[in-house]
Amino acid sequence: MSALPLAVTRRRRRSVRHTLDLRVSPYAYVAPFFLLFCAFGLFPLVYTAWVSLHEWTLLSDTQEFIGLGNYATLLADPYFWNATFNTLSIGVLSTVPQLLLAIWLAHLLNRRLRFQTLFRISLLLPNVTSVVAVVVIFSQLFGRDFGLINWVLSWFGVGTVDWAAGTATSHVALSVMIMWRWTGYNALIFLAAMQAVPRELYEAATIDGASGFRQLRSITIPMIRPTIIFVVIVSTIGAMQIIAEPMLFGQSSGGGGGIATGGPDRQFQTLALFVYEQGFANSTFDFGYASAASWLMFLAVVIVAGINFLISRRVRGGVV
Amino acid sequence: MTPRTRLAAPLLAAALLTAACGGGGGSTAAPASDAAKPGEKIKLTVGLFGDFGFKPLYEEYKKTHPNIEIVENVTQFNDHHSNLVKRLATNAGAGDVEAVEVGYISTFTAQPNKFVDLKQYGLDKRQSDYLDWKWQQGLSKDGGRLLGLGTDVGGLAMCYRKDLFKKAGLPTGRAEVAALWPTWEQYIDTGKKFAAANVAGAKFTDSPGEIFRAMVNQAPVGLYDAQDNIIVGSNPDVKKAWDLSNRLTQEGLTAKLAAFSPPWNTGFAKGSFATIICPAWMTGFIQEQAKDATGKWDIATVPGGSGNSGGSHLMVPKQSKHPKEAAELIDFLTSKDNQARVFKEEGTFPSIPALYDDPSIQNFTKPFFGDAPIGKIYSEAAKALKPQHLGPKEADVRVAIGNGLGRVEQGKQTPDEAWAQVLEDVKKIK
Repeated sequence: MSALPLAVTRRRRRSVRHTLDLRVSPYAYVAPFFLLFCAFGLFPLVYTAWVSLHEWTLLSDTQEFIGLGNYATLLADPYFWNATFNTLSIGVLSTVPQLLLAIWLAHLLNRRLRFQTLFRISLLLPNVTSVVAVVVIFSQLFGRDFGLINWVLSWFGVGTVDWAAGTATSHVALSVMIMWRWTGYNALIFLAAMQAVPRELYEAATIDGASGFRQLRSITIPMIRPTIIFVVIVSTIGAMQIIAEPMLFGQSSGGGGGIATGGPDRQFQTLALFVYEQGFANSTFDFGYASAASWLMFLAVVIVAGINFLISRRVRGGVV
Repeated sequence: MTPRTRLAAPLLAAALLTAACGGGGGSTAAPASDAAKPGEKIKLTVGLFGDFGFKPLYEEYKKTHPNIEIVENVTQFNDHHSNLVKRLATNAGAGDVEAVEVGYISTFTAQPNKFVDLKQYGLDKRQSDYLDWKWQQGLSKDGGRLLGLGTDVGGLAMCYRKDLFKKAGLPTGRAEVAALWPTWEQYIDTGKKFAAANVAGAKFTDSPGEIFRAMVNQAPVGLYDAQDNIIVGSNPDVKKAWDLSNRLTQEGLTAKLAAFSPPWNTGFAKGSFATIICPAWMTGFIQEQAKDATGKWDIATVPGGSGNSGGSHLMVPKQSKHPKEAAELIDFLTSKDNQARVFKEEGTFPSIPALYDDPSIQNFTKPFFGDAPIGKIYSEAAKALKPQHLGPKEADVRVAIGNGLGRVEQGKQTPDEAWAQVLEDVKKIK
């Protein structure tokens, strides 16, 4: 039971410190993100769920617990379903062509070009433009009376299209805005993935006489499949959350209607805009209802992203 | 898209934060007026929607109040009012002076605890200046507190384009034009004549929305009864206004330009419509938008008698750190002289009846409107005006009805279908 030699104690202490360092430090390093996530992600999520179970308006001082009452009202609210339909429609219309276009653009830029960097940087330009500017300008292009697009269409004998008024036409107009902003961004991600594809494959394919399109289909796409899955899922989540475009489009297209209804017939009101309308644009400020809607929206995003994930995993083929 | 418009998340976070603070019951009550230390500048913020023509007044005010600094925050109409509600609820961010339009005034006077009682600062002395109904609108519901002082009123008239009327073979003198439409039915008949003349690129009016508003405002009772019940479905005057507005659409008389949208603004410059409902404040707006049209516009009386459309009050939120100075500023901005001055420059018409017979107002004309006697026209409109009770959710009810008119205008629904949906929508407004 003699005292441990000093060296041993010191060694042990050092080893304790070492284990502590090994075990604890990583948590300390990742802590800032998780703390922020808890404060600005998790807490709002949970709190919103709590609010959604109440009759909760900003202007009244009392909040009455009503259980799932808000959800029941919501599921019977045709405007909620209308917003869901619009969100899916605009989502599909913008995401699908956008990703095809992005892959094609990336494929073109993957070749040796002069001013390569210039082209690549310019891809990102639409994305750094303010969404407000984008929508205001596009609303003018899609203007009914003095819009450029209708003017061009008139050369082909197509009558005046009231873009903001129609359901389909307004969805097309909004999808074009979204595509304009995000195609280049996604193309850059695809391009980064394509850079990792071995050059020899293309060289061999060229020797075999495969066309550019054939090379894209049979080499590039299979090789960058993980990136495609990633982009598809992130884009889908983004598409489910569209709000700024329809809100600004309604204001600046003269489509009429309140600030958040997405046109007088709610023809382009998305889910996020519906939440905004219930919580912020109505002078009732019905937070309980808006919270319930945002929770259902959250579930919808999870489901759609999940389905997407399954489908894109299924889509296999080609080499590798 | 991609990690894109993540607006939903911040919005939710904001919702929670605001809700959390709102629930706190105003633990941070605004401190009483910080006594102005000598030599220290007091900054007053004034929250407005659009240009009230106050800027020259601030300059003048600063001359006599060297320690006051004034900052003006202008936001859009809808944003301004919904922001104000949020800021009151969260007890942070509101200006020292906030403008509130008449469509929202009852929403705010229904929350008397959120605003400073201006009587405290002796502004009740101004009562004798004001149109009685305008004064009443600024009081709390029980009449006990003075929450807002009126700026302008929106007596109605009808502005029209002489050049387009001429092309359509209609008379152009303002007396003859006024004689064309003592009633709204006759207005529509005139519109049909205008349409028959096929003036290129021009419709008779901009859109049915503002006309509907004017017609409802002319009725003795509007969207609410005196007990603050929404009576859209049972008030025959509202239904009549709805039917007539839709007739404008069905006869093809509207340019389908929603008020205050950018295409509507372009419509002024391009001369896309020949007539527009013209409360006094609209004259300033037309002049702003149709800069090249000097002398082309003129003003006639409105069909269906007088009514009010628009007009504002200035209020001091309780959270203001300088309520006394803010109240003094309001007193200055709404003074008799300054209301007259703003009218001459901006077109917003005073809410002080003593001015209406003042020669400087009576004889006031504007070259832009072909030297139309603007002062006289709006004085008479304001004198003839019968006030109407406005309810707490006027703005929401109007959006619901406006959307209905829009659906008919865009060809989505028949007037009957749209009406049924309007009634459904209105039912949901709590």
